[in-house]
Formats: sequence, C-alpha cells, structure tokens
Amino acid sequence: MFNKTKLSAIAVPVMSVIAGFIVGAIVMLIFGYNPIVNYGSLFSGAFSGAYSIGETLRDMTPLILTALGFAVSSKAGFFNIGGSGQYLLGWFAAILVTLKFHTLPGLVLIIFAILAAALAGGLWSGIAGYLRAYFGTSEVITTIMLNYIAFYFVNFAVKNWLTAKGEDSSANIPSKASLRTPFLENLTQNSTFHWGFFIALLVAVIVWFYFNKTNSGFELRSVGTNEAASRYAGMSVKKTIIVAMFVSGILAGLAGGLDGLGNYQNISVSNSLPQVGYDGMAVALLAANNPLGILLAALLFAALSIGGLSISVFSTTPTEIVSIVTASIIFFVGIKYAFEYLINKFLTKKELIKKLNSAKGDKKA
Amino acid sequence: MSFTTLLMTVFSTTLIYAAPLIFTALGGTFSERSGIVNVGLEGMMVVGAFSSSVFTLSFYNMFGNATTWISLLVGAIFGLIFSILHAVATINLRADHIISGTVLNLMAPALCVFLTRVLYNQKGQTPIIKQGLGTYTFPVLSKIPIIGKALFTQTSLIAYFAILLGIVSWYFLYRTNIGLRLRSVGENPVAADTLGINVYKYRYLGVLMSGFLGGFGGAVMAQSITLNFSASTISGQGFMALAAMIFGKWNPLGATGAALFFGLAQSLPIVGGYIPFLAHVNSFWFQAAPYIITIVVLVIFFGKAVAPAADGVNYIKNK
Repeated sequence: MFNKTKLSAIAVPVMSVIAGFIVGAIVMLIFGYNPIVNYGSLFSGAFSGAYSIGETLRDMTPLILTALGFAVSSKAGFFNIGGSGQYLLGWFAAILVTLKFHTLPGLVLIIFAILAAALAGGLWSGIAGYLRAYFGTSEVITTIMLNYIAFYFVNFAVKNWLTAKGEDSSANIPSKASLRTPFLENLTQNSTFHWGFFIALLVAVIVWFYFNKTNSGFELRSVGTNEAASRYAGMSVKKTIIVAMFVSGILAGLAGGLDGLGNYQNISVSNSLPQVGYDGMAVALLAANNPLGILLAALLFAALSIGGLSISVFSTTPTEIVSIVTASIIFFVGIKYAFEYLINKFLTKKELIKKLNSAKGDKKA
Repeated sequence: MSFTTLLMTVFSTTLIYAAPLIFTALGGTFSERSGIVNVGLEGMMVVGAFSSSVFTLSFYNMFGNATTWISLLVGAIFGLIFSILHAVATINLRADHIISGTVLNLMAPALCVFLTRVLYNQKGQTPIIKQGLGTYTFPVLSKIPIIGKALFTQTSLIAYFAILLGIVSWYFLYRTNIGLRLRSVGENPVAADTLGINVYKYRYLGVLMSGFLGGFGGAVMAQSITLNFSASTISGQGFMALAAMIFGKWNPLGATGAALFFGLAQSLPIVGGYIPFLAHVNSFWFQAAPYIITIVVLVIFFGKAVAPAADGVNYIKNK
C-alpha cells in the first residue's frame, strides 16, 4: 500500500509548507497583525485575476531556472552558491547582445541573446567546476568569490559600456527583442508575463529527462551518491564535475537572460547581488532537487513574493513576513528527520493496531 | 599626503574592515572544528548588527559613552541565541548543515528587517547611531617613531582586540583540554564518544561560540562602519569570513591572518585614490581584487582545503 519513503517524499514538503505558514501566523499574532486577513490578501494578490496570475507566473520563471541550476550541481554532490552571479552575467550578456546587434531580425536576435546568456552563466560556473576538478578547490568558496567578481564586473561594464555618462541604466532593448508580446499582455491585462515562462517549463522537462533518461545524467547522480564507486565503475569524475557545474551555470545564466529580455528590458547598476539566486536555492531545497517538484515549489515561492506585495498595501504588516514564512518552510524541510520520525511512529502504530485487530479477529473465529 | 600618513590610513582602514571578519571567522572556526559546517555566519552577523543597533539607539541615554561597547556584547548574545536554531537543527534533528545554515541566512534579514519596521515606523532602516566605535590612539606606543604613527595612531582598538582573541583562540583550541575535545568531536566523533566525551555537548559549544562571535562581528560592523541597521548592513561579510576561515585552514591564527588580508583588500578601493601610481587604475580591479586573489591563492598554495574529518557529518549516537 503506502511506501514509507514515497509517503515522506510528499508529506515532508507539504507538512513543511503548512508549518511555515503557521510560524508566520504566530509571528503576526505576536506583533498584533491579523494573519487571516494578511494570508487572504497574499492569496488574492497572487492569484485573483489575470494580471496577478501573469505577475506570479513571470516571477516563477527565473526561480524555476535558478532552482534547476542548483539542483543539477547538488545532484552531483556540489554546492553551487554562485546562482546570483551567474544569473547577473546572463542578464548582462543578453542585454549586451541585444543592444550591440540590434540590426538583426527579431527572432535571430532573441535566440542569439538567450544563447549568450546561457553561455555566460555556464562559463562562469565552469571556472568553479574546473578548479574543483583539477585542483580540489572548494566550489563553495569559488562560487561565492565569483559572485562578487561578477557583481563588480557587471556594475563596471554597465557603467562604462552600456550607459550614457552620468546614468545608471542602459537603454531599453528594442521591442522586437522583447519576450513580452501584445498577445500575452492582452491575455493578462498588461502584466509583465512573457514567453520566458514557457521556455522555463520546457527546460524543466528537459532537465527531468536528462536526470532520468540519459547516461550523462546518470553519471551525474552517480558521482553525487558515491564518488569512489563511480570512479571504480569507470566514470570520469573530473568530467562529470565540470559538466555538472557548467550545466548548472547555463541554467542560472538562462534565468538572467530571460528575465532581462522579458521582465526588465534593460540593465542597471545595482547595489547588491540579485536575491533570485538564493531564492532558487530555497526552491530546489523544498523540492528536494526534483525538476517537477521545482515547478510546484517555484509557484509557491513566486505566489509568496508577488502576493506578499499586497500584504503591505492592505495592512501595516511589513512585507518581510513573507520571507519569514519562506525561511521557516526551508527550516522544516531541513529537519525532515523530525517529520519522518513522526510519520514512522504513526505508521508503525497503525500497523500495530491492525495486527492487534486481526489477532482479535482470529481469536473470535 | 606624507608617507607615514598614507601608511596610517592603509593600516587603520585595513584594521577597521578586518575586525568584523576576524571575530566572525574565529566563530566559524570553532563551529567547524566541532564538526558543524557553518554557512550561516552571515545570518548571525545580521542578528548581531541589528540587536546592537537597536540597543545603542534605545539605551544611549542610560549608559552614555559605554553604550557602544555594551552593544557589542548585546549583539553577541543575540547572535548566540539565534545560533541555537542551527545547533538544534543539525545536532539533534539531523538536518543537513548547509540547508540549516542557509535557513539562518534567509531568516536573519527577514526577521530583523521585519522587526526594524515594527520598531521604527515601517521604515526599513534604523536611524543613524550617534556615536560609533570611532578611532583610538594608543597612549605610549603612538610615540614610537614611524611605527607609532602608522600602527598606533587613530586606529581601530577593537581590531587589536580581535587579533588578540585570534591568538587566545589558538591557545584554547590547541593547548587546552576543552579545545582538544572540541576538535576531537569534529575529527572522529565515534572515537571521542568511546572515550566518554559528550559529542553533542561539545558540538553545542562550537556552534554557540560561533553564534556569539558572529553576532559580535556583526555588531562591530554596525558600530564602526555602517552606523545603522538596514538590509544592506551585512552584505557578504559573513561569506567573506567563511572564506577567511577556509583560507586559514580552519586554524584561528590562519583565519585571523586571512581576515586581515581581506581587510587590506577591502581598504584598497578606499585608499587607492591616494596612492600615486594606483590612482589611475580602474576601481573595478580594486573591488574585485580580494575575490580574485582569494581564488588564485587557494588554487596555487592550498590545493585541496583540509576540513576537519567529520565536518558536516551528523553524529547519530547508537543506543
């Protein structure tokens, strides 16, 4: 009937989400805010009407991709914290290409820009993969360092190459290169929803296929599970490390490129690394790196961040309550042992009762 | 600008920027030496920065000039309380250390900015602190020719304290019984347990010390550099401290040295403008230098970083 591991694979995230919302409610009650009203405006802010749904789906797009990126490296046993930097470089590359080659026809320009974004992200995290494979340098440190280098580089490049003197933002990309179209805008009452969303969905399916149906994907998971055994089985661990980090960066770069072409339409000098890289980590953690689970987790987190905006519109509750909920959810995912323990206890109790009952039945007969 | 003044500027900015990193990196060293990976240093710093800022703003009238120094302890204590979350999750509930640390990094800014808005009329940042740690001139030492001006005039007192703490921490870890036991549960918890060492207790000690020092480091950051609290008060210093710890090979002296180096690198964009032959170099290189150098040094000189053997491994006691 119920397989225990399968049950806990579904039950843990669901229970974590519920527990996270409960923590958020408790915090709101402590500070005198009304959780029911706030969760109500959160839900309607995320899902009521075509506009809200469009915004939520748009917010999902980069989350799906950065989460997939994090998942790919995690499956191979590596911790790519560099999602933010790779995303930023992808965003920059896409805008740079579109502005410099604006004479190209629309579709060619879009494809060119998206490829450039993916490549920029991939090469950037590929550095970390290469250093890890050949020098054993901790990828945790290199990706953190690469994040900051990317951050300062993009600020420098935007300031010096893409903006007029004294300005902080580049020009907008030509509308033919935008992933937003009148069709989608009409459909969602002028939200920022764009075609990138469908690309992200497609990529999620591809990554699922890659993990489960290809040799390279199998090697990746194998190295992540047991490096020594994989080496013994004749797999090239070095190659797998580099491939995993490269693919991971491609996905984060893609996220930045799609956000650049669809959401922002330009790039500005910023004063901190984009948060979406870290949020993608949270999404992947909630989904336990399962590509299809990532879609659901990204929907939840996007709904939280878009819906969270209306919390402070309709009440004095600080928007940060949403991030408290998010962090709590991940905390509960982290301590899944506690849930598994409870589930186990519950199931064994049930089995015991069943056994006792059937034993009673036997006696009667 | 004369040469000695230039030296003084370089040394004092280096020390000011290094101080928060040293405390936090030492905290990370204690935690990881006991076997608990700590990527949550950033979150601990945020909590320390927040609580110390609120303390100085609220109690300045009561404690006067001592407020700033007390606020550092307040930041440390709240950092310690916050780190209990990490300790319970990793030591008792078998959570993945990296996930749990990431939770600290997600939770701290969320909670602290939330509280800032509750306390300060919906604003996302606290007002400016009236009096920070400021600079300090050593009474006798500053009279020494050249060195006195370069090292002991208008400098950061707390940074000297941090360096001293680095030495004390080394002595504690490598020359005392408690230190030996703390390291043993990070290297081989099973063996340590066999010898009657309470693994959980020492791991708690390691994590709570990291919370205390991380909170202290965050407080130093707020009281000496940003002088208020907002979401951007701590922007990557926790990760820098983590890097310093690894750079220093999980050794308190190494971590202190690495943190000083990062401090120097961070002071370069500030003092670079005064140094004649560096004035025309693009600021990007100064900004990126610490990170590039870290990678290069790690690759060339260290190769595989040697973490404590059981770092990140949950210890499940057999009943």
